[in-house]
Amino acid sequence: MEQHAVEQHGKAEPTGLDVVVTTMASDSHTWNLVFLQLLLEELGHRVTNLGACVPDELLVAECRRIEPDLIVLSSVNGHGFNDGLRVIEALRARPELVRTPTVIGGKLGISGSGTPARHRALMAAGFDGVFEEGGSVLDFQSFVGSLPAGSVARALPAGSGVLL
Amino acid sequence: MTGAGGGAGAVPAVRPDAAAASSCGFGAFVARARAAGTLVVQPRMGMADPLRMRDGLRATRDAKAVTVGTVTLDSYTRTGDLEAARRALAEGVGLNGYPIATHPADTTRAVLRGVADARFPVQVRHGSAMPEHIVRALLAVGLDATEGGPVSYCLPYSRTPLREAVAAWQRSCELLASTREYGAEPHLETFGGCLMGQLCPPSLLIAVSVLEALFFRQHGLTSVSLSYAQQADPRQDEEALTVLGRLAGELLPDVDHHVVLYAYMGVFPRSPGGARLLLEDAARLAVRAGAARLIVKTTAEAHRIPTVGENVRALETAAAAAAGEGSRPAPTAVRGPHAVRGPHAVAGPHAADRLDRLDLLDGLEALDVADTGIEAEARALIGAVLELDADVGRALVRAFAAGYLDVPYCLHPDNAGRARTSLASDGRLLWSSVGSMPIAGLADDGPRPPILGSAGLISALSHVQRTYDDRAADPSAVAPSAAAAAASGGVPGTPRTSVPPPTTSTPRRELGLTT
Repeated sequence: MEQHAVEQHGKAEPTGLDVVVTTMASDSHTWNLVFLQLLLEELGHRVTNLGACVPDELLVAECRRIEPDLIVLSSVNGHGFNDGLRVIEALRARPELVRTPTVIGGKLGISGSGTPARHRALMAAGFDGVFEEGGSVLDFQSFVGSLPAGSVARALPAGSGVLL
Repeated sequence: MTGAGGGAGAVPAVRPDAAAASSCGFGAFVARARAAGTLVVQPRMGMADPLRMRDGLRATRDAKAVTVGTVTLDSYTRTGDLEAARRALAEGVGLNGYPIATHPADTTRAVLRGVADARFPVQVRHGSAMPEHIVRALLAVGLDATEGGPVSYCLPYSRTPLREAVAAWQRSCELLASTREYGAEPHLETFGGCLMGQLCPPSLLIAVSVLEALFFRQHGLTSVSLSYAQQADPRQDEEALTVLGRLAGELLPDVDHHVVLYAYMGVFPRSPGGARLLLEDAARLAVRAGAARLIVKTTAEAHRIPTVGENVRALETAAAAAAGEGSRPAPTAVRGPHAVRGPHAVAGPHAADRLDRLDLLDGLEALDVADTGIEAEARALIGAVLELDADVGRALVRAFAAGYLDVPYCLHPDNAGRARTSLASDGRLLWSSVGSMPIAGLADDGPRPPILGSAGLISALSHVQRTYDDRAADPSAVAPSAAAAAASGGVPGTPRTSVPPPTTSTPRRELGLTT
């Protein structure tokens, strides 16, 4: 199901990235998604915002259809870590998404800011960046800025791994 | 609600005695507290572990406040993914609430036994657009109070088509209402006063709250409450709550009803002091504007899910602030454009100053609330929707399809998505675009500049957080609050502490039907 974007995303520009912004199946929060969409669009990227409570199958299907340059998972309901591990496995199981830069952020657990172990687990599961609450928007912007545009070069630049 | 007749000191705040009451249930409990001049306070609280859930309920019951209990469900249960809830329990994954449809009914009955009764009703809070499994589960364990609504738990918080949510909520209402034939008085609270949590102008919150209550009544509920969430300007909220109470009285004269205020639902102050000030303002607002119940937030809100202890402190803080406010002289009323000063003059940023209002109070018997057009907008919205169909559910579906209702910033496909908000520097929420809603020009003089860009959005979303954290960091900035206490007969800086005695734990009976 296609959801309303906050603003219509414009025609493809050669320099911008195609970005999927989404939360996960159990999470109904959307202010975070609205903010991320605006932020990414201001940076010149094209955003598809999948909205609240996105089922795994829909998320994977939309990403296979769009073949984005970046997937941003955002969650604040405390289930983000658990749901994120499941979702990244489903994404990485698809050949066309196996190397797509994918990051996760927000409030990922129910008991406050993240732990190094949680970050390591998410990175080990296949995420390319983890932006837990308390992390800087600048870190996220800098990560996004490091990505090559266009669907040809999907490999990540060296050293763009763990954030925070 | 005020300390009717002689101030709060003459009316000891006590938990209503079920034995002396003619009726039972959540609504009746709140009505008795209200008659006694006491604000009922309630936490958000849900833990996956049954023993911790039980401890949380007991601590809520035993707080120095008149309280009702809460069982907040986890996100897997609210979205109907019971397999994920089961797996999380089995694997020890932390859940953000109590999985009421996954724990065996006997387990939940044991959680409630000796805790939930007519002297301590418990409400199940969830967030589900398709809540039938939740209603069945709560009825099965003897509970009969919950909340939500076909719009408020669909549009902002799910991707369920509105038509399906309306049908599911209709069946859920009928299921809940069916317990009435066994002598229960089930209670359902609208979540419509909280759309998106923040940045939704009050008239739309009021309209959806009233329309959801009408929907509940149409499907058999005879005890309802109407929610409204604290926004960013107390004067605007006072006007809104007064309007909500008036419309509820007009449109729901034949059902038991009360107004419930939610402490701010948006980005919460980070500092404990700021969080406490915001909660205290919510409690005072509830009392001034006639709400019977307040759902609190804690000092941990900006950081994580609060502990039981933090919830208890929030309940007691809110109760103390409410008791202090309850000793003030008179309730408020919306009088119309002539009130106090012209509506636009009163609505201005300088008039929003609390001290300014208190000065005005000196020469007035009752404090009037300015009419800035919230009532006209809410009436226009409600009227336009009800004209679409005699069935409230069908009318709601058609209203969103036509854009007569349009929730700002809501991403749901069934929302028109044309409405936008403006946040004035004093915190007042205004429309910058009303889309196709039939309220253009009703409130004020033309469209306001919209919130622009990600920086503008973050700034608007954090306005309340920033304001209250600043106030907490600067003691002189809280002077109006202390002055308010002085003007109302209290001692500056020390809210009245005439709180009710802790409840006895004598179990009365399980509530409602067990099926």
